[in-house]
Amino acid sequence: MIELEALTKRYGEKVAVNNLTFTVRPGIVTGFLGPNGAGKSTTMRMVLGLDRPTMGEVRIDGKRYDQLKDPLTYIGALLDAKAVHGGRSAYHHLLCLAQSNGIPKSRVAEVLDAVGLTAVARKKAKGFSYGMGQRLGIAGALLGDPRILMFDEPVNGLDPEGIHWIRTLMKSLAAQGRTVFVSSHLMSEMAVTADHLVVIGQGRLLADTSMADFIERNSRSYVRIRTPQRERLLDVLCEAGITAVDADGGALEVDGGKPEWIGDLAAQHQVVLHELSPRQASLEEAFMRLTAESVEYHAHTGAVPVPDEALTASARQAWGSGWKKGA
Amino acid sequence: MASVQVVRSEWTKIRSVASTMWTLGIAAVVTIALGMLISALLSRDWEHLPPEERAAFDPTYMSFAGMSLGQLAMIVFGVLVVSNEYSTGMIRTSLAAVPQRGRLLFSKITVATALAFAVGLATSFVAFLLGQSMLGEHRTSLDEPGVLRAVVGGALYMTLIAVFSMGVAAMLRSPMPALGILMPFFFLVSNILSNVSATKKVARYLPDQAGSTIMQVVPRAGDAAPYGPWGGLGIMVLWVLAALVGGYVLLRHRDA
Ligand SMILES: Nc1ncnc2c1ncn2[C@@H]1O[C@H](COP(=O)(O)OP(=O)(O)OP(=O)(O)O)[C@@H](O)[C@H]1O
Ligand SMILES: [Mg+2]
Repeated sequence: MIELEALTKRYGEKVAVNNLTFTVRPGIVTGFLGPNGAGKSTTMRMVLGLDRPTMGEVRIDGKRYDQLKDPLTYIGALLDAKAVHGGRSAYHHLLCLAQSNGIPKSRVAEVLDAVGLTAVARKKAKGFSYGMGQRLGIAGALLGDPRILMFDEPVNGLDPEGIHWIRTLMKSLAAQGRTVFVSSHLMSEMAVTADHLVVIGQGRLLADTSMADFIERNSRSYVRIRTPQRERLLDVLCEAGITAVDADGGALEVDGGKPEWIGDLAAQHQVVLHELSPRQASLEEAFMRLTAESVEYHAHTGAVPVPDEALTASARQAWGSGWKKGA
Repeated sequence: MASVQVVRSEWTKIRSVASTMWTLGIAAVVTIALGMLISALLSRDWEHLPPEERAAFDPTYMSFAGMSLGQLAMIVFGVLVVSNEYSTGMIRTSLAAVPQRGRLLFSKITVATALAFAVGLATSFVAFLLGQSMLGEHRTSLDEPGVLRAVVGGALYMTLIAVFSMGVAAMLRSPMPALGILMPFFFLVSNILSNVSATKKVARYLPDQAGSTIMQVVPRAGDAAPYGPWGGLGIMVLWVLAALVGGYVLLRHRDA
């Protein structure tokens, strides 16, 4: 369990983390979501005692980080895959970490095997690809068989296979009853891995909710319709007391409507339909709405609120760029 | 403050990075080879030396003539051991594993100091023995008074130079400024200051000037220092302690 209480971090004038209070509980994956510069990494550094809070505190199983004896056996973290000496082999990197926490040597081979780096264990880390570096970082986090795991943007720069591997790993760790705390700036990623969601923007807590609740509250469902008899359909819908709004590509959208009603209605009035599809607004959109005011670095002004199409395109682009980085 | 398991971990760290180990090898080779060369040249030119220089000739110190250059490699070793952690980002991983910052720093320094001393001791004896073999009839031996002290002192001097560099690197974190200050200082500035009459007296208290008296058997003529060989080494130790305290205080208080 990780408990944050009124955690605040200032760098000079800049408030990176502002009065954060929340608890990360065992047995589930807790997603830590926020746009770039929201303060996720800063918060995680404070959890590990690397940065000193300006105010407030973090407790791990009730203790301050530096009060933990052999901390790697309590909490394993991947903050930055590059936090490795490139001139050292993967094996020796893990060995020195193990020795510093009284972890048996045999464990090094085990975690190397678990992350699939056994074949390159004796190779210098500087020759590793981004994905291999990420795996080495995860091996380091798993080394002490800790009850708590913390990952800062673990899927960044991984290929689809790597992403799948990490998702499965996090879920299985949580299923074993461990506390899993993982950050991301992609809602779509969290939607498939996290059970609980903590959202921050500009260092402030914006939401602390279960994933299911978040989805229920934020997913707008609507029906998308295309028809060559637009005016006629609008009249029919109007008569039935249903409001439709124009959408892109000449389509119509009906908020909260059931496709069955609309299909029946159209059939009764002999209106031809080319499309009738139930839709869900993306969670990414809900996330962007939530953090709209707190986004620090807009790509270009006026980007929020973003229409659905552009949104998915930008999300796709984000995945794509990560993919390229890993290659 | 050091602890057994962290010392073991630091030993693994230091021996598993080849580039760091190389600097120790270079320190040994340069110190020995240059000492031999200078001793050989001096021995050949003995006839041309003025009488006062012959009278003040210190064969032991002569075999350590390579130290002026060899110590630069010791500086690189000391700086790299500490600042490698920062330049690679490893420091965050290290501090997450050992959040007691003093324990991390002093375990690292314990290991690096022991290693530097082992290499320094071997270097010092080899430099002495080979240097003497070049001096022919002007040689001295370990049985002569003060010689053994000077030879062991050579090892202590090399070690302390390395430890001082570790302290400075802990204060400055990145390797470039640490090397940029230490290398020119010990290779040039300190020597210039001790040869300019205006600064001569003060320069005696600089770490290398004070510390190197431990390697002298014959005191420098007409220019006796206000402290003995051990006093000089003591002054150097004070500098080293100051650098370590500085490094520790800064490490303790700043964000990693
Ligand atoms: N050491 C530092 N000194 C000064 N400012 C800092 C420092 N570290 C972080 N910041 C600032 O604090 C804010 C939060 O940064 P942080 O890296 O925690 O964000 P993040 O949520 O991890 O973002 P990202 O998604 O881009 O990784 C940023 O505005 C950043 O510029
Ligand atoms: Mg970050």
